This record gives sequence, C-alpha cells and structure tokens, in this order.
Amino acid sequence: MKPTDISAPDYFHKVVDCQWACPAHTPVPEYIRLIAEGRYSDAYMINWQSNVFPGILGRTCDRPCEPACRRGRVEDNPVAICRLKRVAADFKDDIKHRLPKPGPNNGKRVALVGGGPASLAVARDLAPLGYHCTVFDGDPKAGGMMRSQIPKFRLPDSVIDEETDYILNLGVEFKGGQRVDSLKQLLAENYDAIFVGSGAPRGRELDIPGRKEAAANIHIGIEWLANVSFGHVDKIGRRVIVLGGGNTAMDCCRTARRLGGESVKVIVRSGFEEMKASPWEKEDALHEDIPILNYMVPVAFKHVAGKLIGVTFQKVKAEYDAKGRRNLVPSGEPDETVPCDDVLVAVGQENAFPWIEADCGIEFDKWHMPKVDPKTFVSTNPKVFFGGDAAFGPKNIIWAVAHGHDAALSIHRLLSGEDINERPLPEVHVSSQKMGIHEWSYDNDISADKRFKVPHRDKVVALKDIRAEVELGYDLKLALGEAQRCLNCDVQTVFSAPLCIECDACVDICPMDCISFTENGEEDDLRQRLKAPSPHHDQALYVSGDLKTGRVMVKDEDVCLHCGLCAERCPTGAWDMQKYLIDMVQAGSTCQSKARSAA
Amino acid sequence: MPGLVPGIHDFLSPGQDVVGRDKPGHDVAGSAGAVMTYIAKPKFHHPGLKKNELGYTHRDYEGKISTLCAGCGHDSITASIIEACYELSIEPHRVAKISGIGCSSKTPDYFLGNSHGFNSVHGRMPSVLTGANLANRDLIYLGVSGDGDSASIGFGQFAHSIRRAVNMTYIVENNGVYGLTKGQFSATADRGSKSKKGVTNTDNAIDLVAIALQLGATFVARSFSGDKTQLVPLIAAAIRHKGASFIDVISPCIAFNNHAGSTKSFDYVREHNDAVNRLDVLVGRDPISVDYAPGTVQVVEQHDGSRLALRKLDADYDPHDRLGAMTFLQKHAAKGQIVTGLLYVDPDAEDLHTHLDTVETPLNTLDEQALCPGSAVLDKINASLR
Repeated sequence: MKPTDISAPDYFHKVVDCQWACPAHTPVPEYIRLIAEGRYSDAYMINWQSNVFPGILGRTCDRPCEPACRRGRVEDNPVAICRLKRVAADFKDDIKHRLPKPGPNNGKRVALVGGGPASLAVARDLAPLGYHCTVFDGDPKAGGMMRSQIPKFRLPDSVIDEETDYILNLGVEFKGGQRVDSLKQLLAENYDAIFVGSGAPRGRELDIPGRKEAAANIHIGIEWLANVSFGHVDKIGRRVIVLGGGNTAMDCCRTARRLGGESVKVIVRSGFEEMKASPWEKEDALHEDIPILNYMVPVAFKHVAGKLIGVTFQKVKAEYDAKGRRNLVPSGEPDETVPCDDVLVAVGQENAFPWIEADCGIEFDKWHMPKVDPKTFVSTNPKVFFGGDAAFGPKNIIWAVAHGHDAALSIHRLLSGEDINERPLPEVHVSSQKMGIHEWSYDNDISADKRFKVPHRDKVVALKDIRAEVELGYDLKLALGEAQRCLNCDVQTVFSAPLCIECDACVDICPMDCISFTENGEEDDLRQRLKAPSPHHDQALYVSGDLKTGRVMVKDEDVCLHCGLCAERCPTGAWDMQKYLIDMVQAGSTCQSKARSAA
Repeated sequence: MPGLVPGIHDFLSPGQDVVGRDKPGHDVAGSAGAVMTYIAKPKFHHPGLKKNELGYTHRDYEGKISTLCAGCGHDSITASIIEACYELSIEPHRVAKISGIGCSSKTPDYFLGNSHGFNSVHGRMPSVLTGANLANRDLIYLGVSGDGDSASIGFGQFAHSIRRAVNMTYIVENNGVYGLTKGQFSATADRGSKSKKGVTNTDNAIDLVAIALQLGATFVARSFSGDKTQLVPLIAAAIRHKGASFIDVISPCIAFNNHAGSTKSFDYVREHNDAVNRLDVLVGRDPISVDYAPGTVQVVEQHDGSRLALRKLDADYDPHDRLGAMTFLQKHAAKGQIVTGLLYVDPDAEDLHTHLDTVETPLNTLDEQALCPGSAVLDKINASLR
C-alpha cells in the first residue's frame, strides 16, 4: 500500500465516525468534551453553528451518528450523542448575545417556501449576510413538521419557539398562515432566489375495501398528528389500530394512548427488525403498553352501517430469494380481523407540488420529483433551489439542515456572481495536544462505564398529559458520566516514519492491538497479517512510509481508543496526538477567499 | 507457597454500576496510594482477539502498566513473555516469577498479574528461585534479571543456579548499562564501546551465554528485544524445557545506551545480528508445517513431548554441540557479530530434583507423617551409615 496521505481532509474526518456520518458534520467529540468541562453554552454554540437546532435535534434526531460511533464497536453501546446534544441545550446560559446580528441589507431578496428546518437553515445562513429572507408557511408559527407532526410529549413547543426565534430574530420575515399556492406568482414577485423547503406533506393513502365507507374513523397519520398538535383533535376511540412501521406510526400510537386510546396496537406488514422506526422509538412505544404485531397485511376495513368495526389482515411470512431479497408471501393461516374504533394510517409520506406550474422552468422526473442537483440543490430553474424532504423525499431533520447549508451556500454564490458548482474546500486544523510528559489537553483515561439511561417521566403521569415531555433528559451527573464515554476520536494518532526507531513500544502498549510493524503489501494481504483481526474494511489502514528495517507501520483505525498510550510510550515522539477540526463551509464562512490548506 | 491462590480475573466483567459522576475520570478499582501521572491501560480489548485453550486472550496475561522509560527494550521482553505464556496456555497461577533489583527486575510487575511473584535482594534471584523450586517443584519458574543483577553483584548466584541445573527459565534483560544510576558501563558492555558521554569502555565484557554454556545449562539462547518473532518461541521453548534454560536478551536502553558507539543499540544489534536458526515451538498435536524445504529443518523433541522445529539459517550450526557452540560464539564475537537463536539444547536434560532424587510430591505439600517418619526410620538410616 502507498503511505497514507493524512493531509487529505477526508482521511481524519472519516476516523471521526460520528462526525463523518452526520449529514451536517457536527464536530461531536469537540462538543462532548465541552460538556464534560461544564461549558454547556460553548457546546451549544458549536452545535448551533453546525446543525442549527440543537435543542430540537437533541430530542428528535434520527441519530445517524450513533450507529457509526466507534464505542459501539468496542463495547455494547455507542455514546448517547443525541441526548448529550440536549444537555448542551438544557444547561446553557442565555446565548442570545453570541448569535450573529442581522447583516447590513445587501439589497438581495430570497423567498423561502415552507417554514420547516430546511428553509430556516437557509435563512439562518443568509440573514446575517444581509439578505432579506421571507419565509412563507401555511401554519401560523414557524417550525413546519417539527411543530405539526412531532408530538409535544417528545418535543415541547417552548423548545421549537426558542430555536426558531433565534433565526427569525436575525431579521427574517416570517409570513405565517400564507401558504404559497403558485410558484409562478412567487416568481413574478422578483425575488433574487427562491428556496423550496415545503417538505413531503402528503400522507400516503391505503386504498383497500371499506376505506370510503368507514372514512369517519380512518385518519391519515400525519394529518391527524397535525390536528392534534394544533388542538383540533383531542380524543380518539378506545380501541385504535395504527397501520405502518415508521416513526410516524410510533408518534401516532403514543399520541393515541394519551387521547383515550386504551387498547392501541401497531400492526405492520414487515417483521419487527425491518421496521423503519428507530429502535428507541419502538422501545418507547412498547414501554407504553402498545403491542407491535408483525407480518400482517391489511386487506379490508370492516364496517357496519358506516361505522368502522375492525380491520382484516392477511398473515404473511418472509421468504428470501437466491439474491437475498425479501418477499412477503401468504403464510396460509386464515385471515384475522382485529376489532377497533379508529384506524390511523401511517404507511408513508409523499411529495406534492400541485402549486408548481408547468411553465415555471422546473422539470420533474418520472417519480414526479423535481430534478435537483444533489450538490448545489439547484433545480432546472437557476433561481429556484430545493432542500429537505421537498428535494429528495422524506428523510429527517438533520438532512434538511444539511441541505439548507448547501443550498444557502449556492444562493450566496449565485447572488455574489460566482459559480455555484465551485465549492470552497473546508478549512482543517490539526494541532498537537501534548502538554507535557504523560499530559494531554484532553482526558485520555478511557471510561469503562456502560451507556447511561435517560430518565423518563413516570408512565402513569406521562400518559395522562399529552404535553408532558416523556424524556426528562440527563441531569448533570449523568451527562458527565455519558460524556466521559466519548473516545475523543477527533484527537488523531499521527505517525512520523523518520522519527521511528522501531522499538515496538507502541505495539506493546496498545490496548486494542491496532498497531503492527510488518512488510508492506496490498491491502487485502496486509489486513491478513495484522496483530489483530481486521474485519471492517470500511475502516482505513494508516500505512507509513518505509522504515529503517524496510518494514512499514500499519495501524487499523477500526477500534483505536484514542487513549494516546502509543504516543506516551514512544521514546522519540514518532507518535503524537493531534486534534483534528474541520470547519465545514457554509455561506458566510469567514475568509472565503483565503487559500485553503487541506490539513 | 501454599495458601497463595491468586484469582484469575475476567478483565471485561462489568464494573460496578455508577449512577452518574461528580468528577471526570475513571473508577480506579480498589487501588489506593501513589498513582503514576499516566493512565492505566484501558481494560477494553480488541473484540476479535483470539483465545487460547483456557479461554484467555493475551491481554489476560498482562500485569500493571510499565513504569520504565518510554521505548525500553525490557517492555518488549515483557510483551514477549506475555505472548509465550498465552500461546502455551499456561495457567497464570502455576507460574512463579522471581527477580532481583534493577530496571529488568521491575518487569515481573508488568506481566502475569495473576501469578506468584517475589522481588528479591540485588543479585539474589537465583538462590530465592532455587529455594522456591526445591520447596514446590510443581510451579513454572521464571527468573528475570539484568546484566547488573546477574553479571556483577549476582554473578556467583547466577553461576551456581546454572551449574545446579535448577528447572527454570532464566532471562537476562541485557542492556550493557546501569540505567537506574544514569548510564555507567555494566559488566556486559563490550570493550571499546562508547558511553553516551563518549567515554570508551576499557574493561573486558562478560558473555553470559558463554558462561552458561560452560556451566552446563541445557537450554541456551540469545535474542533481541526488537525481534519478537525470534524471541517469543525461544521463551516458549525455554519454559517447556526441563532443566536450566538461559536466555540472554539484548535489550537497548533508550535513555543511556542507544547511541552511535554503543554495541547494544537498536541500530547496532540490527546490523550485527547473526541468527543461526529460527524456532517454532510445537505443542500437542500440531503437525509440523509442510512449508519447510527438506533438509532445512531440524526437529528436537523435548522431555515433555513438545517439539522444537529449528529452521536452519546457518547450515553448519549444530545446536546439540556444546563445544562447537562455544567456539562459534567466540569466533563471531571477535568479528563483532552477535550470534542469536537457539544456541544449545539438550532435550534429555535432567534437573536438580532428579539429581537430588527428591519425591515427585512437592516438598511443601508433604504431611508431618512423611516428613517425620519416626525414630525407627531414623535408626535405620543411622544404621545404614555406620
């Protein structure tokens, strides 16, 4: 293998698994260290800069970071990254004075369609640069699906108000209750750019016999959740069936439990493991005495005199073909009718753009989705950008934020007369963390603690009040314990071949057997000859140049604890622990013109 | 050593649950008192580590974290002992590790944390080991010493334990320098080699391998801390050898003896290393690998059934020829070369207990009846001597 080029910005970024997995590339270990130091406001600001909604995401994020967390490969569970984000939000001081100020008006106007996370992220990035941002939303308050679809017992209004206000107070004009019905009309208002962040607002229908006849007791999940959120619905029948296996289904069933649903069941086509809902959301539903029934396909709504009395299901089983693809085939058992009073249909969401006229210059693909450039988020109309669920279909908040940053950068470059396809490189800082002999700027003593559970409100109390937040969040003691579990993967092991005398001290001390000195070879061959098995080929091998004996140093990044013992035991300083920080480029990143060194 | 039954700990057993934390850091299990400024080695280990026949990983054979200087060759010897014991699936509680004084003699603290240990007086490891061995012949004896401990203050002790054929593995961690007193030449420093300050050594060196051969050691080897592929099998073979096994391991002192002009530096040893053979230790049913070209491998069966497959690097070298080995060593030493490998082995060696005709039962477990058979037996013995 060729010597690893650690100056490539992505090399060390990938070692910070959580940050690499995060669509917004939030510097996770950096903010977790700040939490451990008690610097909650600083931790919050790092999050705010990167993911815009730390308090909201700290309660609702889909957490792509956690399955990626190195700790999950070292022991049973990853660090509770998401809930530590909430800690930063819960325990910060007043940070308003640290927020940017509205920039001096630059004369450019940007319209944002939809008041959800994507549009707000765009506005957050553009308003301080002097753009006049106008956000349109059909709902009276900003937040989009974060406000309308996520139940209050998971995400209180106060948190949404706080974090949307931080953005609106940057001089962003919010036109609540003004749904955009015509893009053509909006284009005619001569905005310099338009961003469409209108989400995936339509719940998918379930067209099976009885749907029309029993319509009074069959509700589309996201619409029903919005009605609950805005107070239009405050009760449901005693026996409720929720159809669907995603997170919306989990929100529906738990909401139903709080509105009079005594016997609430989630019934899903697929098996339990393949359900789209996050594991912790399934857990929370089960905890609230909601059974999840699998491998049952709804075939008919049963009704008597216009009144829903139950749903009939066909039993299926999973079969796998030669290519490993799953097919659901009838199991041969008799159909089963489950009696109920109400049904909530949460079988997916769809995009809908009835308000975009054919002659607006926006082309759609065969799935009726707008053609959007995945890097710049521009549509086929150079002034119109898409982001969030509106761009590529339903994902989650953190993706919407990431899209927003990229779209804002495009808009900024477009309106500054620059090529939107040229994306400036992120700025990377790498600096030694050595403070003295055996002394590092970070706490390298690896905690053996297991993942700490987030305290929950007592179930009886929680089920009585639909606005009572179920998760109470970590207290400071728990937060510190959990923060200490972070392995500081951003503090990188950096090796200098010319300094190495091949004494083996690093090999001998490494608790994870990450380091080998061996003859060079092709990657597949090298992976066979390392000191410990190397099963994760997506994890890089760090290979040095040739050493004096003709061998090379090979470090498998896979399960490195970043404890720094290799550097502590190295007599020549050939190993050093260096902190890697990457500043993702956002619209308005300072020193845009400065020549960027990659590392 | 009856009564001492060290437990074997599962390092990854779940710790005490903690309910949050008041301060950052780590729960130090039961250790009070002085703590070094650096951290304990984390208990986490690679999830794919192989286990030996006893279900232990090599991490289970570790001791405390080393307090030696960073990069010390001794730490690599420690790692090699750990590896050898892991590979042999040795039960840690069946090992007694005994040492004297010096950097080398600190190392038993850093391996086999669940074994018996005795850190004795300077140079007196051999007699303490001999005594322990006489009292309990059932343990595996690992004597760890240095060039100061064995070639200076303990030279006589070293000599007598070898000539008595105590069943042990005697390892000298040889750096040619008194590290703890800041780098004076030791008795194994070569004549003409230079100290870190530039002083030339005018005294002749003691070659412990030559002495061990002359005094009748039945397993003699030399190796280098920077070459674990050679060292680990040598230690394993020595442990399986019945009789006095002696291994001289050149172990560079990073702080005081790793400069140009030293003959015990990493660079010098790598340049002048003349390995006569490479060793594979085969225990149990392991078949001999078919990778060897015919005629290049010599298989030596030891007393306990273990087999040593010696891959010859020097076609003329015969590890069964004590006299030849001594000549070979002297010739190469004169050329400035360091001969390493398994230099001599007598697979049918006897040990001290055989010579003394002691009972198979360890003496420390004999009951009073066996030890004091009564006046009638005494009379009989006395009569036989008249």
